[in-house]
Amino acid sequence: NVKLMWRFMSRESCHSVAPHCSNQMKILASVPQFCNSPTMIVMVGLPARGKTYISKKLTRYLNWIGVPTKMFNVGQYRREAVKIYKNFEFFKPDNEEAMRIRKACAAAALKDVTAYFTKEQGQVAVFDATNTTRERRAIIISFAKEKGYKVFFVESICDDPEIIAENIRQVKFGSPDYVDRDIDEAMEDFIQRIDCYRASYMPIDDERDRKLSYIKIFDVGNRYLVNQVQDHIQSRIVYYLMNIHVTPRSIYLSRHGESELNLLGRIGGDSGLSPRGQKYANALATFIKGQNIRDLKVWTSHMKRTIQTAEALGVQYEQWKALNEIDAGVCEEMTYEEIQENYPEEFALRDQDKYRYRYPKGESYEDLVHRLEPVIMELERQENVLVICHQAIMRCLLAYFLDKPADELPYLRCPLHTVLKLTPIAYGCKVESFFLNIEAVNTHRERPVNVDINRNPEEALQTVPDHI
Amino acid sequence: EKSTELSLSSDKTPSNPRELTQNPLKKIWMPYKNGLPEKTHISEKGLCMTNCPTLIVTVGLPARGKTYISKKLTRYLNWIGVPTREFNVGQYRREFVKIYKSFEFFRPDNEEGLKIRRQCASAALNDVRQYLTEEQGQVAVFDATNTTRERRETIIQFAEQNGFKVFFVESVCEDPDVIQENIVQVKLGSPDYTNCNTEEAVEDFMKRIKCYENSYETLDEVLDRDLSYIKIMDVGQRYLVNRVLDHIQSRIVYYLMNIHITPRSIYLCRHGESELNVKGRIGGDSGLTPRGKEFAKNDLKVWTSQMKRTIQTAEALDVPYEQWKVLNEIDAGVCEEMMYEEIQENYPLEFALRDQDKYRYRYPKGESYEDLVQRLEPVIMELERQENVLVICHQAVMRCLLAYFLDKTAEELPYLKCPLHTVLKLTPVAYGCKVESISLNVDAVNTHRERPENVEVSRMSEEALLTVPAHQ
Repeated sequence: NVKLMWRFMSRESCHSVAPHCSNQMKILASVPQFCNSPTMIVMVGLPARGKTYISKKLTRYLNWIGVPTKMFNVGQYRREAVKIYKNFEFFKPDNEEAMRIRKACAAAALKDVTAYFTKEQGQVAVFDATNTTRERRAIIISFAKEKGYKVFFVESICDDPEIIAENIRQVKFGSPDYVDRDIDEAMEDFIQRIDCYRASYMPIDDERDRKLSYIKIFDVGNRYLVNQVQDHIQSRIVYYLMNIHVTPRSIYLSRHGESELNLLGRIGGDSGLSPRGQKYANALATFIKGQNIRDLKVWTSHMKRTIQTAEALGVQYEQWKALNEIDAGVCEEMTYEEIQENYPEEFALRDQDKYRYRYPKGESYEDLVHRLEPVIMELERQENVLVICHQAIMRCLLAYFLDKPADELPYLRCPLHTVLKLTPIAYGCKVESFFLNIEAVNTHRERPVNVDINRNPEEALQTVPDHI
Repeated sequence: EKSTELSLSSDKTPSNPRELTQNPLKKIWMPYKNGLPEKTHISEKGLCMTNCPTLIVTVGLPARGKTYISKKLTRYLNWIGVPTREFNVGQYRREFVKIYKSFEFFRPDNEEGLKIRRQCASAALNDVRQYLTEEQGQVAVFDATNTTRERRETIIQFAEQNGFKVFFVESVCEDPDVIQENIVQVKLGSPDYTNCNTEEAVEDFMKRIKCYENSYETLDEVLDRDLSYIKIMDVGQRYLVNRVLDHIQSRIVYYLMNIHITPRSIYLCRHGESELNVKGRIGGDSGLTPRGKEFAKNDLKVWTSQMKRTIQTAEALDVPYEQWKVLNEIDAGVCEEMMYEEIQENYPLEFALRDQDKYRYRYPKGESYEDLVQRLEPVIMELERQENVLVICHQAVMRCLLAYFLDKTAEELPYLKCPLHTVLKLTPVAYGCKVESISLNVDAVNTHRERPENVEVSRMSEEALLTVPAHQ
């Protein structure tokens, strides 16, 4: 089958010269390949300045856009080495025993960074620790230089006592270090812990460190200093860090109401709402009003069914072409049965790798992630937003917020007539699901057991949901 | 026209949702009443960049790249669809004071000179106000030295009175080589120095810079902490970014942090002639003809789309290349792989609408040039970061990229000539881009269709097909 061969051939024809890439599976990405040296992102800052928050978020974002990234939290290593945390005295600068342990933990983490880059095809490692002394940073720099890794520092500087206190409340109290303490004790201890670092804290110096690549974040994003951005990935990281914020807000994700084509079990197309879908639109309006959301922005795709849904809300909405449903190419408006009949190989290939599979003359989930990146960036900038979109789109957005990997993403459950409310909390995202009590067809097709090209139709169609 | 009112929910009851109609040109679904589209629905571009106009204000000594940045930023914003215009106060001064004598005009004790300069700044701000309030401009770039806090305060007040947001872009540089190069590239050719020899001009200009130095008050971290600004240091080595307020400012910062001035060239070309080209068909994903394979033979980054014909072209170069899906040709939707004659026969209405507004027209189930620009924005951003790059792409895509580099308007863009077997070499020079067209002396079919005279929906087939290029 020449077409299949061509698709395979063109996947393989992306050349690459860098030695680090030789083992890497070539992702036919729609972003340029960052196929040069791996990058270490090194956090810098006193405790409770948001380093771990930033590390986790950045890691989540980079993985979602397709850059294999892993976080290395030195505190974790310390907790594994010293089973029980007594109190802040561990962090006193004159505590030689503790110093030895902490150095060893940092070294162990760096060793794991090397393993991640050389054996696990990692591209970015986020080294999350205070790294508050020039000496410690020099060790990291020479380690990276020796191995051929690029280094990008992210320093968080904040002296606003309220922000720091809120930070401590949100994430420190729940830490394993303070699991048996009462809140006041924990707060007291943590503040003394911060003081242990203060005396020896040397921020990155704009003069002496002018050759280093770094971003300094002041007061949770009020101000930034960016120095010597070396390459594309660092530029993207800077852009991302400059767009995120910590203001409390919620993001509501919903699909359009049930559509005429949904009822018929047909994928794609641009049909209108079914009567039940219209009911959902009205129910959504009631629900949203009841949530009493401040300054809600509403976004839809360019497709009729999401716009009709938004119309019922009676508020302004913005249409984004980027939110359009995945383009099923030659399979647009087909039922799964028809796809099986007309394109059995395609159907099987899709089940084999639903994330990377691209419909002929259409798109893949991987393509979707690429086109949704500006949506994610704008969602990060915004506060309260309701996104009315489509099944595949919602799966991609959800995977970003809930840190789901590529192989789970295409199977996330996003049923019709259900609103998901996402509220950032601590290091992650709280999800609340609201089914608005209007019946709808099920459009979720599980991965069947047999994904072989030579399977028979019954096996292929086993998991197709019911329809007219 | 943007409406900021909420649409009245009392107009619509649950049992009476508004009807939707699809705009025939852009294929956008809009609510309508009594047969006419309603206005309360906003931006279908998908992004409300800002809700009030923005005034970008440059700050910096002469020869720090302010005009270079102003022009480039203006070009970029217009290309992505944000109506932007620059206002260069030096221009106003040249129109007022017909002949430039010497740097003495700029001496801080030259009362007459100061008066004129203040007037010019006012005149420029007046034009800014007109552009942003009466001409649907969204961004105005106020290009002047603006080196004193006092002058900047005047501008801030002006903006406040008119409801404009202000974003400062300061360029700070003390590297004498960079400044010298700057003077050589753009000052020597300035109308101010047409009658001077090089040495005279440089000497005068250096004295001119001196006139500003003593009163220069750079944006201060403490004193100006409530202002929104980016301070660019040493041509992009370092940036200080303060209080980014909204989406457009965030995009501007991202753009400014990605551009550079290292000399380089960008090569744009289409794939070698394809089988479908020869038959007069549009789009599709076919291979190269024997003729086309000839063309594809010529240390440099090479980018292609994910369509076979560009990849085949790159393969022949035998160098590493990267495939970008976003460089794929415009999606002609239901018209994919059709000849123009077939489009006229099957979709005469669509064919006419396209001729009426080729930039905004979206093929049914396909794309418009406007959509292309949006999907090409990351390519432009990466081209800005890179140095020497060869982009092997397609006719519509190449037109969009070319329009960006050559500052062509949306009306001109879809008709830019990008023939097969011709490489365009773009080299940034002074404030613009030098273009060299390199024809590879290999014959190819012509695929350029000019706008026909009659674009009426009621026109006859012959009139529609008048400008279709010859094919098999």
